[in-house]
Amino acid sequence: MKREVMEGSHAVAHAVKRCDPNVIAAYPITPQTHIVEKISQFVADGEMGGEYIRVESEFSAMSSCVGASATGARTFTATGSQGLLLMNEVIYNASGLRLPIVMVVANRTVGAPINIWNDHSDSMAVRDSGCIQLYGETNQEVLDMTIQSYKIAENEDIMLPAMVCMDGFILTHTYEPVSIPSADKVKDFLPEYDPEVKLDPEDPVTMGTVGFPKDFTEIKYQQFDAMEKSKEIIPEVFEEFSQSFGRDQEGMIEEYKTDDAEIVLLSLGSVMGTVKDTVDKLRKDGKKIGAIKIRVYRPFPEEELINALEDVEFVGVIDKNISLGKKGALYTDLAESLRTAGSDVMMANFIMGLGGRDVTQSSIKEAVEDSIGMLRKGRVDKELKFIDIKEAGK
Amino acid sequence: MTRLKEDEYFTSGHRACAGCGLALGARLATKATGGNVISTCSTGCLEVVSSPYPQSSWEIPWIHSLFENSASVASGIEAALKSMGKDDTEVVGMGGDGATADIGMRGLSGMFERGHDVAYLCFDNEAYMNTGIQRSGSTPLNASTTTSPPGEYSFGNDRPKKDLLEIAVAHGLDYVAPASIAYTEDLIEKVEKAIDVDGPSYIQIHTPCPTGWGFPEDKTIEIAKLAVETGLFVLYERVKGDIKNVKKIDDRKPVKEYLKTQKRFKHLFKKEEGEKEIEKIQEIANYNANKFSLDSNEYLDERTKE
Repeated sequence: MKREVMEGSHAVAHAVKRCDPNVIAAYPITPQTHIVEKISQFVADGEMGGEYIRVESEFSAMSSCVGASATGARTFTATGSQGLLLMNEVIYNASGLRLPIVMVVANRTVGAPINIWNDHSDSMAVRDSGCIQLYGETNQEVLDMTIQSYKIAENEDIMLPAMVCMDGFILTHTYEPVSIPSADKVKDFLPEYDPEVKLDPEDPVTMGTVGFPKDFTEIKYQQFDAMEKSKEIIPEVFEEFSQSFGRDQEGMIEEYKTDDAEIVLLSLGSVMGTVKDTVDKLRKDGKKIGAIKIRVYRPFPEEELINALEDVEFVGVIDKNISLGKKGALYTDLAESLRTAGSDVMMANFIMGLGGRDVTQSSIKEAVEDSIGMLRKGRVDKELKFIDIKEAGK
Repeated sequence: MTRLKEDEYFTSGHRACAGCGLALGARLATKATGGNVISTCSTGCLEVVSSPYPQSSWEIPWIHSLFENSASVASGIEAALKSMGKDDTEVVGMGGDGATADIGMRGLSGMFERGHDVAYLCFDNEAYMNTGIQRSGSTPLNASTTTSPPGEYSFGNDRPKKDLLEIAVAHGLDYVAPASIAYTEDLIEKVEKAIDVDGPSYIQIHTPCPTGWGFPEDKTIEIAKLAVETGLFVLYERVKGDIKNVKKIDDRKPVKEYLKTQKRFKHLFKKEEGEKEIEKIQEIANYNANKFSLDSNEYLDERTKE
């Protein structure tokens, strides 16, 4: 398949174009802008047929997608950071209304202090909303996940919004070679969106009713159940996509050199490239190190992680976010899953890359050195560490 | 006298209070749609009384999403219909006065400015009734609400009602009109016109609330009429910006006659200083009378000048 070199944002725009949404509603925010600018150009040039709504806020971007999706239209939006938090109320609503809206999040931190650079504070803040969350490591993976997301979200057993997370600047503004599937092949892969229930005067329905205590739990349970079912359906969609388009990413997680690994580094998103390179280097020094990438964060791939970490002695979890007053989101989720499963694997949490601070191989090495030290001591004496933090006054 | 169409799209069995002006407004307004319409609704009384799961009063496709996004959801529906080649289906956005004047203003302004073909209906009962009668931007001067109570240092709401109609006009809308549930045919005609407009339009329907305003439930229409007859709620149309079809008042009544019917203004009649406050409200009516050349009666013009 032909590969073209382009910005991550443009790769996403090409993916969206091939999914042919009826309605795109978006509001500009750095570093998402190149995605929506490119889509605007596609629409202006007649290369895309959808209606593009230049909304006055992210709140309305998601709200317009709610209206359009409820009318039976395929929709797309993109945002990040402050914009995603402004949307938060509507994301919960879209999930509760079971609307398969697809969005791309150009991950950026959340102020104050205001900062346009990357971390995962934004998407982690909406992780409990009932929106499926995928995280891409490369532009190719983000492109593929965008197409896959429609098929996942629109599955009649799921019917939940889906969010593809791509690291702001690190992916959005970086040029990489990508292979773009043909529109025809995407059409074969992705059936037309024709929901069973939609707003239509021919068959009027009432959507968004009051849920009293006697019904609310059941309706919430159905959302929970859809998330549970998606754990089966998502890998099937990945597999079908891989077969149709010649890719090799099929799992909810990706294991990298974990077979004989004593220490595993676990994270998500673009940082995994640096993690894998560091693993390669350390392996040359004879260190038994591997890595695990989480590709699907909601639903949380609990079973896959428990299995993958069964014979591992130490897990270093790299979080590009911090729940102030607790720890990193990924670490907390993983710890709960592992401990509940009876695992006694040693764990530590490394916070790095906040607000665009570069995560270098030496940052990763520091986490590994710490992990090796604690493994040797047989004791986790520092469960959480901010990597690369400057000392006071320096 | 024309007969109302028999088709009902907001049906009986809803949970609105007896004498609810809003319920009547919704019933009349949806009659005007003819049924080939999709409607949005903000959070508030209308949503709560009409859609207790698994029941619904709506015979038209209807969606409630959130408090502040009725107009934005409607924008999306309109775009979806356009994209799917179903332009013949109309879109109506509904919201209460708080959802429209306050929390949903941004989305409404966006919908207006982008030119979506949506008729937006604001049901104006002049406070946040669903949460227990709190002040909104549309609450009139000196009205008592649970967050603007009168007290030793207060006569209630200390600001005049926000003029949403002028805000709509300022967006360059082709059709903007206030309507009242007391003037049924006028209301239906205006909603029909708003829907016929190719682009955004705005109707503000004055819907007295017996529970929130404090009056007997059989007085709703009477009080709605008094608001018009005193010049506090003026009926007119703004067609491409021009003021048209002002409902002239033959013998404009003093605002006192309106105020004394409602508990929310009761405090104004209890203190001597209340008289001054009533005068301020009278000045609002006089301003309206002047702005819209409301009085068809010379004598009254003289009297209100005093």
